[in-house]
Amino acid sequence: MPEARVIQLRPDDDERFVPVASPPGWEEQLAGGLQFLERRLTGEYDTDEFGFDPDLADHVLLPVLRPFFRKWFRVETIGLENVPSDSGALVVANHSGTVPVDALMTTVALHDEHPASRRFRLLGADLVFEIPLIGAMARKLGATLACNEDAERLLTEGELVGVFPEGFKGIGKPFRERYTLQRFGRGGFVSAALRTGAPIIPCAIVGAEEIYPMIGNARTAARLLGVPYFPITPTFPLLGPLGLVPLPSKWLIAFGEPIETASYGPAAAEDPMLVFNLTDQVRETIQHSLYQLLLRRRSVFGS
Amino acid sequence: MPPAVVLVTGVSRWLGGALAAELAADPAIERVIGVDTVPPSPAMLRRLGRTEFVRADIRNPLIGKVIAAASVDTVVHMNISSTPAGSGGRVPMKELNVIGTMQLLAACQRTPSVRRFVLKSTSAVYGASSRDPAVFTENMQARQVPSGGFAKDSVDIEGYVRSFARRRPDVDVAVLRFTNFIGPRIDSLLTGFLRMPLVPTALGYDARVQLLHEDDALSVLTRATTGDFTGTVNVGGEGTLLLSQAIRRLGRLELPLPTPALGSVGRLSRRFGFVDYSPEQMRFLNFGRVVDTTRLRTEFGYTPRYTTAAALADYARTLPPVVDPSAVRSVTGGLRSLVTTVGDAAGAVERRLRPVPPPPGLRAVRDA
Repeated sequence: MPEARVIQLRPDDDERFVPVASPPGWEEQLAGGLQFLERRLTGEYDTDEFGFDPDLADHVLLPVLRPFFRKWFRVETIGLENVPSDSGALVVANHSGTVPVDALMTTVALHDEHPASRRFRLLGADLVFEIPLIGAMARKLGATLACNEDAERLLTEGELVGVFPEGFKGIGKPFRERYTLQRFGRGGFVSAALRTGAPIIPCAIVGAEEIYPMIGNARTAARLLGVPYFPITPTFPLLGPLGLVPLPSKWLIAFGEPIETASYGPAAAEDPMLVFNLTDQVRETIQHSLYQLLLRRRSVFGS
Repeated sequence: MPPAVVLVTGVSRWLGGALAAELAADPAIERVIGVDTVPPSPAMLRRLGRTEFVRADIRNPLIGKVIAAASVDTVVHMNISSTPAGSGGRVPMKELNVIGTMQLLAACQRTPSVRRFVLKSTSAVYGASSRDPAVFTENMQARQVPSGGFAKDSVDIEGYVRSFARRRPDVDVAVLRFTNFIGPRIDSLLTGFLRMPLVPTALGYDARVQLLHEDDALSVLTRATTGDFTGTVNVGGEGTLLLSQAIRRLGRLELPLPTPALGSVGRLSRRFGFVDYSPEQMRFLNFGRVVDTTRLRTEFGYTPRYTTAAALADYARTLPPVVDPSAVRSVTGGLRSLVTTVGDAAGAVERRLRPVPPPPGLRAVRDA
């Protein structure tokens, strides 16, 4: 005899009434702020050997970046399931936008949108750490110098490491070359991944190219200031400080399927041909994914 | 096999004296000979116990006679000055550090009884720059060789010790690269710096600082003298602090100055004999330095008892704070309870004015 089917008479009654959790009131926020202030004044917070200050990142830096992430650039993240929750991985992304806002937005994306709230440990060029204030702030946000020693140490500790192999070539390229990947350094990131067996996650970022469209490069000014390029955008330096406001382009950040490296073994890092091939593979994956995302994005500044 | 006759240079300073006293307390060691250019203080002399003090200059060939006559088998070289103020200027300092080490090594090379040499070196040999990896292991070298001062001297000294080890392969050489010392009794560069109520720092930079408690430094030196470790090892406490964080934990006030201004403050303070900001120490204040201590814990076999934070806390005990952390805590705690009280009152008023709608009770029965 077939079992009788239970028909729910009042399905909506199964849902219990749950009062909507009210957002933290002003008094809680103020009390939290006071607690933060107390920690900062007495130095009772933890920092790591790279100079990462999670307390400052969570309570000051990320809250400052969040409105840009949500409201200004309306960042959409795709493929977060490709980022592991608890193990080390190397996220390799395209670099663009004159100012490395893409690195900051990816940091927010991985912290806010990833279920495990991953910390993104960026590898920065040595120039970043030479500049006062910026260098110190970059370390507090979790960045460190792009060198194999630091990358391998972070990956061994199970951190999520981010690298932009195009470096200044990518970030300082003219606007007409947008979304074409530049040369990928010397493939140092691949050998770091091979040595630690960490997977490489190709990451494509669309939207950062349009925030400061670089239409010119004042080479003399750049040489005088000792920087790789001095951008001229439609609004900077024409409008002065107002030109520093990034254009509100629509952003998409896509994390691709991980390229595993553990099966090659750590000795494979000494095989330049394999390193070159893997570098090319990562580069082509990102380029392909950039074209797909561009097709998907209906307009540059639209929703 | 424990050493029979140990010679310690630089016993008139706290760490050297403490090591000599520690060794003198060990009955397995026959003789402990302490050497320094200045006699130890009376208090230090009492602590030294059966240590035989020889007032000698290691820059003088006389030191060779001392080593040969006593048939010294273990030499601990600690007479390396880190500040020009301590040795009467940069020129005498360099002479004492470099020429003194060369003389000492020359004497050791000539004396067949010597079979162990321990060098108190420093992690300053790694330099400090923006191009350095965050953490140094023993196999790394400075990307930018330190240009002068204590760090340059230390690089030179390590070089001479390496060539000594090559010429006398039968001698076991241990090179200990210490991070900055801190503690209630030791007088180090950083203790003097952090003792100032208003600590000038480089604007826009925040150094990563790794500390070693004086007790751990002493234990490591004793172990290196009596043990059989050979090679180079980094010695530092676990964990790091940012310089700004250390200043806050000690209840000092931070005074960030632009780097050029800091240079003139450094010159001024040097003239008055306060704290010595040489260019290489400025670089350290900018970027800091962290070393990997895996080899210390595995091969050398010692785990420091104090972490960096604990060592700083122990130093803080002896230092009356300018800004009392407990006062800060009571003020912010008071404000917090005030906020909670006001918040509760406001919430009560709001509930009175706008009552929350009650949860729905019974609902009308609807047919499926």
